[in-house]
Amino acid sequence: MSIITKNLCKRYGEQIAVNNLNISIKEGEIVGFLGPNGAGKSTTMKMLTGYIPPSKGEGNVCGLDIVDDSLAIRKRLGYLPEHNPLYLDMYVREFLEFAGKMGGVNKPQKRVAEVIDLTGLDQEKHKKIGQLSKGYRQRVGLAQAIIHDPDVLILDEPTGGLDPNQVIEIRELIKKLGKTTLLSTHIMQEVEAVCTRVMIIDKGNLVADSPIEDLANITGEKHHVNVTFGSAISVKELNQLNEVIQVMDKGNHRYKIEVSSAEGRKSISHFALKNNLEVMELSSENVSLEQVFQNLTKHVDRL
Amino acid sequence: MWTVYKKEIRSFLSSLIAYIVMGVFLLATGLFMWVLEGSTIFDLGLASMLVMFQLAPYILIFLVPAITMRSFSDEKKYGTLELLVTKPVSELNIILGKYLASLSLVIIAIIPTLIYYYSIYQLGAPVGNIDTGAMWGSYFGLVLLAACYTSVGLFCSSLTENQIVALISSMALCFLFYQVLGLFGEIQWLNAVGKSLGWFGLDYHYYSVSRGVIDTRDVLYFLGFSAFFVVSTKLVFQSRKW
Repeated sequence: MSIITKNLCKRYGEQIAVNNLNISIKEGEIVGFLGPNGAGKSTTMKMLTGYIPPSKGEGNVCGLDIVDDSLAIRKRLGYLPEHNPLYLDMYVREFLEFAGKMGGVNKPQKRVAEVIDLTGLDQEKHKKIGQLSKGYRQRVGLAQAIIHDPDVLILDEPTGGLDPNQVIEIRELIKKLGKTTLLSTHIMQEVEAVCTRVMIIDKGNLVADSPIEDLANITGEKHHVNVTFGSAISVKELNQLNEVIQVMDKGNHRYKIEVSSAEGRKSISHFALKNNLEVMELSSENVSLEQVFQNLTKHVDRL
Repeated sequence: MWTVYKKEIRSFLSSLIAYIVMGVFLLATGLFMWVLEGSTIFDLGLASMLVMFQLAPYILIFLVPAITMRSFSDEKKYGTLELLVTKPVSELNIILGKYLASLSLVIIAIIPTLIYYYSIYQLGAPVGNIDTGAMWGSYFGLVLLAACYTSVGLFCSSLTENQIVALISSMALCFLFYQVLGLFGEIQWLNAVGKSLGWFGLDYHYYSVSRGVIDTRDVLYFLGFSAFFVVSTKLVFQSRKW
């Protein structure tokens, strides 16, 4: 396990920012950390990086305690803070060499060249950071996070404020790095595109933690299958299938079928084969992550 | 520590502030020693650098805070402090790196004044008739004084995100420690209390060292003073954890 927390809490005075958070992240996993603004994502990340200590509970990164072994953890952890703070008056190479030395890389020149290559900063390496566009600055932020070849990456909104092309580039980069990664974001597609697992946090509480495919089950979202047959069928027979809950006729032999699990698709195609029916279209309607997110984090008291 | 030190020195040299500080320091001391009537060497008729060493502490009250005001305020304002602190380097190393960088800059500004010493050495009748011991003592004192100012400046800078607040508050604190405490010592009815307050003033020790007699008590005082503010800065750093 690369990251483990046990009843991690953080209070600011009366306000509870993070409440009894229990998470564990295995080596090599890319985990998406979702939640509305102010849910405690950044606070959790700051605790894991040793920037602020927890009020209660404990955390482990690479088997080291986040309070007692903070210095040792920081050697093995790359961190991209929220808003990606950088020294704007430094040159890209100069800054990366500085970050490398701070990260404990003795002769950083070679590593800097590698990282510049990896993050696609080759064109910009002689510029001042202040002259770079936001997308390139974000790459510099990522570059400084990986410069000391850490085992674990913690990225706080790595694609915040970027245009769609830049977002995709950064995502590809994160995937290419293949490190144990915890990344926070507001963008649902991002989680679907990059992450193997998703954690949703709301008001400091973990409300969901599961592989992306299973997320729908947790909230009791319904599975739907869209099917178009070549000719008329008997709705009654369809209704008798085990997994089928409800069949809606949409005309032109198109049906929207509510099923109890993702397995429903299988039995529908069996049904078609058995009755010698032509299947023109068979697709399962995916539950959107947005829907799940809203269901988990909407509050009655919030208008 | 040296990584931070080098970065700070580079950023000083690539910004105007370093050159302004050096320029202003040399201009001010030069004017008072050689040009402005009433205070020049020729008016005094003495082969001594007293004018500069009396003036320098006041000039430094303005210049040292100007050097240190950015060091932590900017990092706090732009969030880079979080970047710095989450690197595998201890907080004390970061603070000492910045402290030594600022102090180096002040020392670099002071070094060219050795030309004044050479000039006076040559102007003396006979040549070389100058109290060299007192001169080196004064330089030593000035560097120690600058070390104290720098630590105060750094401390004030760590308290706020606003450079101007850091500048004004460290100027006020430096002035308090250099001048005001000493003045308390002269108030008759304060007696022993006033005396001990006076002892805590920087000027008391500065003048003691500048006589050319280097007393370990004075040196310890200066070093303790600097250490106190460096440690205070570290405490301010850690206050985010409270």
